[in-house]
Amino acid sequence: MGASQSGRVPEFQDLADKTGFSIEQMKNLHNRFMYLTQDEDTLRREHLENMTDLALNPIRRQIIEAFFDTRNMGEKEKGCLQEIGFEEFVTVLAFFKPPKPHIAEEERKTIKKEKLRFLFNMHDTDNDGVITLDEYKRVVEELLSSTETIGAETAKAISDAAMLEVASETVGRMGPDEFYEGITFEQFMQILKDIEIETKMSVHFWNLETMHCGK
Amino acid sequence: MEMKMFIVVLGLLVGSLMPIGGAASSPDTRGEGNHSSYIKKPFPVLSFDYDHVRLPFEISLWVLLASLMKLGFHLIPRLSSIVPESCLLIVVGLLVGGLIKVVGEVPPTLQSNIFFLYLLPPIILDAGYFLPIRPFTENLGTILMFAVVGTLWNAFFVGSLLYGVCQLEGVDLKHVDLLSCLLFGTIISAVDPVAVLAVFEEIHINELLHILVFGESLLNDAVTVVLYHLFEEYSSVGTITVTDVFLGIVCFLVVSLGGIVVGAIYGILAAFTSRFTSHTRVIEPLFVFVYSYMAYLSAEVFHLSGIMALIACGAVTRPYVEANISHKSHTTIKYFLKMWSSVSDTLIFIFLGVSTVAGPHRWNWTFVIMTVLLSLVARVLGVIGLTFVINKFRIVKLTCKDQFIVAYGGLRGAIAFSLVYLLDPVQFPMRNMFLTAIITVIFFTVFVQGMTIRPLVDLLAVKKKQETKRSINEEIHTQFLDHLLTGIEDICGHYGHHHWKDKLNRFNKKYIKKCLIAGERSKEPQLIAFYHKMEMKQAIELVESGGGSKLPSAMPSTISMQNIQPKKTPQDRALPQLSKSREEEIRKILRTNLQRTRQRLRSYNRHTLVADPFEDGWSDVLIKRKKIIEMEKKISQMNNHLTVPAPPPDSPTVARARLSSDPQVWGTKAVTESIPTIKVDLASPQSPDPVNEFGSKASQPKESKEDGGLMMKAPCPAKEKKEKDKMAYEDDDDKEPQRLTRCLSDPGPAAEEDEDEPFLP
Repeated sequence: MGASQSGRVPEFQDLADKTGFSIEQMKNLHNRFMYLTQDEDTLRREHLENMTDLALNPIRRQIIEAFFDTRNMGEKEKGCLQEIGFEEFVTVLAFFKPPKPHIAEEERKTIKKEKLRFLFNMHDTDNDGVITLDEYKRVVEELLSSTETIGAETAKAISDAAMLEVASETVGRMGPDEFYEGITFEQFMQILKDIEIETKMSVHFWNLETMHCGK
Repeated sequence: MEMKMFIVVLGLLVGSLMPIGGAASSPDTRGEGNHSSYIKKPFPVLSFDYDHVRLPFEISLWVLLASLMKLGFHLIPRLSSIVPESCLLIVVGLLVGGLIKVVGEVPPTLQSNIFFLYLLPPIILDAGYFLPIRPFTENLGTILMFAVVGTLWNAFFVGSLLYGVCQLEGVDLKHVDLLSCLLFGTIISAVDPVAVLAVFEEIHINELLHILVFGESLLNDAVTVVLYHLFEEYSSVGTITVTDVFLGIVCFLVVSLGGIVVGAIYGILAAFTSRFTSHTRVIEPLFVFVYSYMAYLSAEVFHLSGIMALIACGAVTRPYVEANISHKSHTTIKYFLKMWSSVSDTLIFIFLGVSTVAGPHRWNWTFVIMTVLLSLVARVLGVIGLTFVINKFRIVKLTCKDQFIVAYGGLRGAIAFSLVYLLDPVQFPMRNMFLTAIITVIFFTVFVQGMTIRPLVDLLAVKKKQETKRSINEEIHTQFLDHLLTGIEDICGHYGHHHWKDKLNRFNKKYIKKCLIAGERSKEPQLIAFYHKMEMKQAIELVESGGGSKLPSAMPSTISMQNIQPKKTPQDRALPQLSKSREEEIRKILRTNLQRTRQRLRSYNRHTLVADPFEDGWSDVLIKRKKIIEMEKKISQMNNHLTVPAPPPDSPTVARARLSSDPQVWGTKAVTESIPTIKVDLASPQSPDPVNEFGSKASQPKESKEDGGLMMKAPCPAKEKKEKDKMAYEDDDDKEPQRLTRCLSDPGPAAEEDEDEPFLP
């Protein structure tokens, strides 16, 4: 293990520069990756699905999908990878890095846009550039899926109301024959502009001891 | 004109306060005189017996004075924007105290007993009940650091440096020993929640800073209590050993955690009690108040931190009680709490002013000035130092501006004053000097810092509070984000903030909610509860704004659900009998009719009396909604139907009404069914247009009959149709199925006529 560890350091350096993690964090993430894949080289869906912690999460399917989505790796097209390596793992996790405290306004906006894009991709499963009513309804249903007593009508009512609100806020007037396709990315950014995504969508990566690596 | 009247009333009030002081001090011998003489006097028609109402009368007069003061400040337009209310109230107190003294009476002082038992609890309960839980827990670490470490630092810094100053030559303060100084330092270092609330509420800074300063002022009570008792106990002895320090730390943990536990217990009791109050709604608010007050008193019995108990009780009670109590009780609780805390707050500041005039003073230039300076310096240093450490652990770092506001917002107030007042003058001969110094510091912080903080906030362009309306989208995405972050944390194996919060929520949902929330609401997921709450709020706004024509939130959009549904390609709609042109005709006619309808509807809405539809009617509405849904299911199963296209764009309210209550109308059912459905509008004033199956009559649609667009609207609690729905359903509940069949098969003028009556006032 020692020899292969030292061989990885230059690899880590490249990845660290690309994603913005430090070497220390990269090492921890690598250990975690090894733990999840049980020392194999690639991560597959089953590895994540077998996690007990994740089992109770209502949106776990979408979270797992996000790791295997090529759009998050920088591709334009949506594709589903079957397995990912460490590089892709870290690339996805990099979306959750907290922004540095003193950065320029421009950079902050870019980071915010990237994170919102990640969120958008999670909702827009067919990659047509808009979140349609069905996709939105599925999101609401998944959120409510952890309770059993939810009627389908209420989920529909909520998603309808939400879509209507987005449409009203962003588009304004529409004629009766016009058709509102769905939430585009710009509209998505607009309705979520009040939530400070760049700080809210962040996870601490610095804590070394709390990473359970099974060692 | 108003001002003159106001001043006259004020003069009368103050004038009546003075003889009260006189009556209090002069001994009363009237009673004895009557008993000793046996001469028969004429029956007293009118007598004056003030004594037996003296106490409540005085209290009422003071409360009245306080409230009139509050009124008065807002009559003077520019004053309230420059000077914060607390300053004005202290000035009024000074004036009143001065007046009383001039007359020759002894002005009343702020008794510590009254302050701690009666004046302080309402303010703290108000703060605790409406504590914004989310930002509070997110910043809990920071708040605790400021409260505990910051207060300790302040106390020791000020105390020891003051002691050093007292030991200097030339200053006549050798008799002030170290422990007394430390005690003084403790008292003066505690940031006061009353003053902070009073000033910060007017400047509307952003949530983060508000919760930081305010949370600190609440949580430092435990530290203050422990240190105060520690130093007070041992100042007579003169020394403190290591054991004492150690015991002090243990005591701190006991005091703070004990206070929270006591509060939580009472809170759970209150929540549990509220589960059974569905039949006695009137006393629901009382439970909340009494349980909370008892939590405070119980904590005070054991010298635990009463403030923390009260906060814990309020915060624990709120989510469960709100799910159980009626809407009116909720409003009652809110308004009573605000009212009491407002009156308390006003009284406290007025009494501070009066006590300043009354209290025995001993002015010592050095001591006082050094106190003011040192407390300022200590605060600034403390904040800077602590922020430096805290920023290493925070995602959202505190900037310099934030630090400045936090330091500048550390106001002292009446708690410090009362604590000094409690000191025993025999044990602490320098009590008067302490009193003077404390009053000076309080005046300095409230006047100077309170008045200048608002222009400074504007000058530094500190972020202000955003008046965001919580939209359903934000709620959905916030929840989504929570789950997402929990998931990511789990994948990383990092048991962080989100992980524990998620676990707590799950535990809460599984066990606690079942016990404490009555009936079905216990299973309601948060999203639905939020959605219902939002609908209610919109409905109330709509009703208050006088009907549907003018919306409180200006939304000029004309988007309806129709725009959002995917367009059906012509193949999906199998129109067996109607030709395209016929369809167009029908569509056009319906559209024009509907527009006319809507104009009529709007003009009636303004004057339609709304019998309070929200009076515990929520469950009824839900039941009715379910009934309508079932009925719609029945209708959609009927095969011989004709489709009618969507009506032209509604006002957003009507549109939202439709979509929020139409489970079947716009759904995918319309796509899957090969033969489209007809829908009957029960709520429109007009009869449904007798468009029959297979379009036999469709060719001659009756232009005079304004149909309500043949849309069946399930009762929508939120929008303008609500009152009509209520009226409709109250009248025609049983007639609904019949009416439907009648419309479909046998439309007749008679049917249309009597439908007109109930709806049009």
